[in-house]
Amino acid sequence: MIVFRYDKTFEGLLTAIFDAYNRNTFPVKLLSSDEIEPLFVDACHTVITDPDKAGRVWKGLEKRMMPVTRNMLSYVWLSEINGSDEAIFRYIRKVFDSKTSIEMNFADDDVLQIRTIAQKVNREKQRVIEFVRFQKTADGIFFAPIAPEHNVLPLTLEHFTDRFADQQWIIYDTKRDYGYFYNLKETTEITLDSDTLILEGKVNEELLDPNEQLFQRMWKSYFKSMAIKERINPKLHRQHLPVRFWRYLTEKQ
Amino acid sequence: MKEEALAKLQILAESAKYDVSCASSGTTRKSKAGGIGNTAGWGICHSFTEDGRCVSLLKIMLTNYCIYDCAYCINRRSNDIRRATFSVDELVELTIEFYRRNYIEGLFLSSGVINNPDYTMERMVRVIKELRTTHRFNGYIHMKSIPGCSQQLVHEAGLYADRLSVNIEIPTEKNLKLLAPEKSHESVFKPMQFIQQGMLENAEERKKSRYVQRFVPAGQSTQMIVGATDESDKQILKTSDYLYNQPGMKRVYYSGFVPVNSYDNRLPALKQPPLVRENRLYQADWLLRFYEFKVDEIVDDNHPDLDLEIDPKLSWALRHPEFFPVDINKAEYRDLLRVPGIGVKSAKLIVVSRRYSRLNARDLKKIGIVMKKAQYFITCNELSGLNTVSDTSPEYVRSLLVPKKKGQKQPDLQQMSLIFPE
Repeated sequence: MIVFRYDKTFEGLLTAIFDAYNRNTFPVKLLSSDEIEPLFVDACHTVITDPDKAGRVWKGLEKRMMPVTRNMLSYVWLSEINGSDEAIFRYIRKVFDSKTSIEMNFADDDVLQIRTIAQKVNREKQRVIEFVRFQKTADGIFFAPIAPEHNVLPLTLEHFTDRFADQQWIIYDTKRDYGYFYNLKETTEITLDSDTLILEGKVNEELLDPNEQLFQRMWKSYFKSMAIKERINPKLHRQHLPVRFWRYLTEKQ
Repeated sequence: MKEEALAKLQILAESAKYDVSCASSGTTRKSKAGGIGNTAGWGICHSFTEDGRCVSLLKIMLTNYCIYDCAYCINRRSNDIRRATFSVDELVELTIEFYRRNYIEGLFLSSGVINNPDYTMERMVRVIKELRTTHRFNGYIHMKSIPGCSQQLVHEAGLYADRLSVNIEIPTEKNLKLLAPEKSHESVFKPMQFIQQGMLENAEERKKSRYVQRFVPAGQSTQMIVGATDESDKQILKTSDYLYNQPGMKRVYYSGFVPVNSYDNRLPALKQPPLVRENRLYQADWLLRFYEFKVDEIVDDNHPDLDLEIDPKLSWALRHPEFFPVDINKAEYRDLLRVPGIGVKSAKLIVVSRRYSRLNARDLKKIGIVMKKAQYFITCNELSGLNTVSDTSPEYVRSLLVPKKKGQKQPDLQQMSLIFPE
């Protein structure tokens, strides 16, 4: 059994593919640099991430794949699901080894798996776009903490930057401890000292705009009035509005 | 924004919630410098109420005072409920503040009728005009058009709203007259025609110059109440089919009758809203819009009502065993769509994947086909088709697919029952 070690970055993964073709040895497993080797390893190659090699692999993919399916690979990478990097590796190998396009062959396990994971990530992206709740702080910045299952914040930036172009906002991933700040001109990545700012998934009340509480109360009471009690359906409710988002949703407090 | 607006919001949301539509799809609008927001073409839900309905728009009434006395409506003038009216400024501020917090996609404005239809409509138009012009709001706006209003006002509304709608409420004129003597189908269909006319004219003008402002870009929709009157599903679906054939009609919504005015003896006394029937109607509606079915195939004189136990597609399949089995590896897309257990997405996946290799039952299952249902209607590589509906009998397949009743007795949904108030 051959294994590769790499630094768990997307560029590293692409470099691993370059190396595999270069050495003509294909790994069964991809390990991070400090992961313990499984039993029966014959050879272990350590990949040194190289932007040039990664760029060449990506260029190759640009020639062989449609933009839609190429995007799917980035989505799968952001899923952070265990083994998703190996799935990408196998998929790219199939793309390079096949004379014709394999992108639509959903009877193939790897092709279907990539699509399934990409769909999951897309769904999570959609949920973040739906369920982010901004709270206006005293200094006029709209702040939203959220903890998505997959690392989808980068995928939502285009949407939020276009939509909320005339207000300053921060969307913060509390699970991965980073976020994005839009200052009316550009969106930049930030890391906060979030001990005092965020309490229990909400912005510290002392730092809120004086009107914020009123609007939150209005939204809550609106939400409550909207439900038709003759039709209550908790199962459907939870299916559409996963419980893991509730602590960030103003109306579910 | 003052505290008293909170009370108004509660009252007017309570009054608006029986409108089903909450779609925010059909228009794509990028944000503009100096404006607020944008509109995504696919529509975004922002929350879900405890009854599982999506909250996309701020669904609110301008006022719940009303001069009409329609039996099915909570806001009828003879009801003793709290009444309130929003001012234009309050409603505009509320919409924008909610929008900025990512609570909503935009505004769904409806209203009770005060003084006369034109007077009401004119005030509603003022709200959306203020939003669009003074505040340059680019979010989604859905406005109800008041039955009986003038063409000029519909036209003005259409310039600011993404979608306009007029609710039919009761599918036949006779029953509408019974429950809402002050209304007629003419007063509903008139504004619908105005909208349609406006859209067609606008399309012509936009061919000449692309700078012409768009008119109701997301089309119109309507709603029918199900179960308040004695119409059959055939009558309801025929009406929908007629409407879908009109240009610009995007959606027909079905609203299971919620007995809000149980004292009125023109209305049936239901134990609970006819939710299963409502669901079947939506399924039939989907068959019309996405599955290339004709309305006569779903309901006819022998089957004027939809089967409550099984979905309309399965029901059609069991009435037409001669159509099956369908060969997965050869059948055309439109024939694949007819197979129970295969939806639009999986039919498309089958069509693209079978170019590579013949598909077998395992592939189908992985792709996401509901084999529990589909197995009786298809052949593929190794499914020889011995078990299909054409070789056995529709009755046999039906007995396998009807969900088994659990221990306790199911409530009879078609049976009316009386509720005695405590």
